[in-house]
Amino acid sequence: MNSFSGRSIISLRDMSVSDLWRIVETTGEVKTGKHPGLLSGISVASLFFEPSTRTRLSFESAVLKGGGSVFGFADPGASSQKKGESFADSVRTVTGYCDAMVIRHPVEGAARLAAELSSVPVINAGDGANQHPTQTFLDLFTIFESIGRLEGLCVGLMGDLKYGRTVHSLAHAMSLFGAKLVFISPPSLAMPPHVLSELTEAGVSFSVVSSPEEARDSEMDVLYVTRIQKERFGDPQEYESVAHSYRVTRETVGVLGESIRVMHPLPRVDEIAEEVDSLPNAIYFLQAHNGIPTRQALLALVTGGLS
Amino acid sequence: MSDRVYKVYSIENGTVIDHIPTPMALKVVKILGIGSGGMFTLGVGFQSKRLPGGKDILKIENRVLSRNETDTISLIAPHATINIIREGKVQEKRRISLPESITGVMLCPNPNCATNMLGATRKFRLENRDPVSYRCHYCERVTGIISENLVSPEK
Repeated sequence: MNSFSGRSIISLRDMSVSDLWRIVETTGEVKTGKHPGLLSGISVASLFFEPSTRTRLSFESAVLKGGGSVFGFADPGASSQKKGESFADSVRTVTGYCDAMVIRHPVEGAARLAAELSSVPVINAGDGANQHPTQTFLDLFTIFESIGRLEGLCVGLMGDLKYGRTVHSLAHAMSLFGAKLVFISPPSLAMPPHVLSELTEAGVSFSVVSSPEEARDSEMDVLYVTRIQKERFGDPQEYESVAHSYRVTRETVGVLGESIRVMHPLPRVDEIAEEVDSLPNAIYFLQAHNGIPTRQALLALVTGGLS
Repeated sequence: MSDRVYKVYSIENGTVIDHIPTPMALKVVKILGIGSGGMFTLGVGFQSKRLPGGKDILKIENRVLSRNETDTISLIAPHATINIIREGKVQEKRRISLPESITGVMLCPNPNCATNMLGATRKFRLENRDPVSYRCHYCERVTGIISENLVSPEK
């Protein structure tokens, strides 16, 4: 029985450990070519109410490579929202045109609302600062693929921990697998107290440091680096004061040990030096490419293409 | 001057809500959505051993509040006592507890939430009892109870 069939994928909070395993395992099968044409005959609406080149291209490529068809818009200026149509009416209309809907929207909770209005599964491709679950699924798959397990790892999260929804979701997901977490950031971009208190209540072990070198004794398996998002800062001076405050180099990787895997959701600015790219530790491009089988697996699961 | 016989007249049928901390009775009227119809009597600022700042009493005529409605009162009056009156007698003394979910009566403090931007119905789930906090069904932010954010139920 496929517990995913017909189900919308909105938030990490809705996912159990067995759900996450199911996605990781299915992604592995898809990546090794076990399910060719798994989206054949499936029509996916791609509704991007805010621009996001990377995520949109990844979803659209996933559908096309899986044998499905995709249509939609890349920014709200090209949709009937510009004519004054409500979000709810857009969703109610498009739901009749497709087998699944991928939605990105700047308003937090928009994807949940869409799922309640839609008769086909909705996949949240990012709702404001709230959730972006498929990024976390592909992160989990990449970790599993390169380390061979998800349980009991030590994961360092570095960069903009205050505003980055990616790191909040990954911290939550890894805590479900008993991870030890290390938070590395400038003080002004530290993990928000509400995330720390949730982790504390869940009994998750974590430490807070200000540089990756400080965490060398933690024996991290993964160093997950994020960009400091310029657009989050109202004051350019404030941005400049933290923008270049950390950078992963070959030397950093050397300090952290041979087995460390360096990940990044991309795009990067200068927080990982290009000299790191050629090291076997750098798995961020593999991670980006894993977006394709992950999204194919998920779309096939929710549309019933894989049971 | 002689004492009045009644401070707030008794009712024959309906719901009596006692031990509302002063001056929250009007807020209770608001979140129950009873201000626009039906008859109720309000007493404000009575002395109370249990509530040092004084208590308010609300008597709603000819209407028995549901369990969900009386539990909603605990958001602003956690020590309120509820008596259901039938034919002039107390038919039921009801305890209240924090509702597991709240629909309609609390605004999400996140201005970028779908409830504030896209007309989604305001819904929260109980996150923590001490201190009390609720998680928004849509934007998933956690909020405490802010009296100013309690409003009349959505129609």
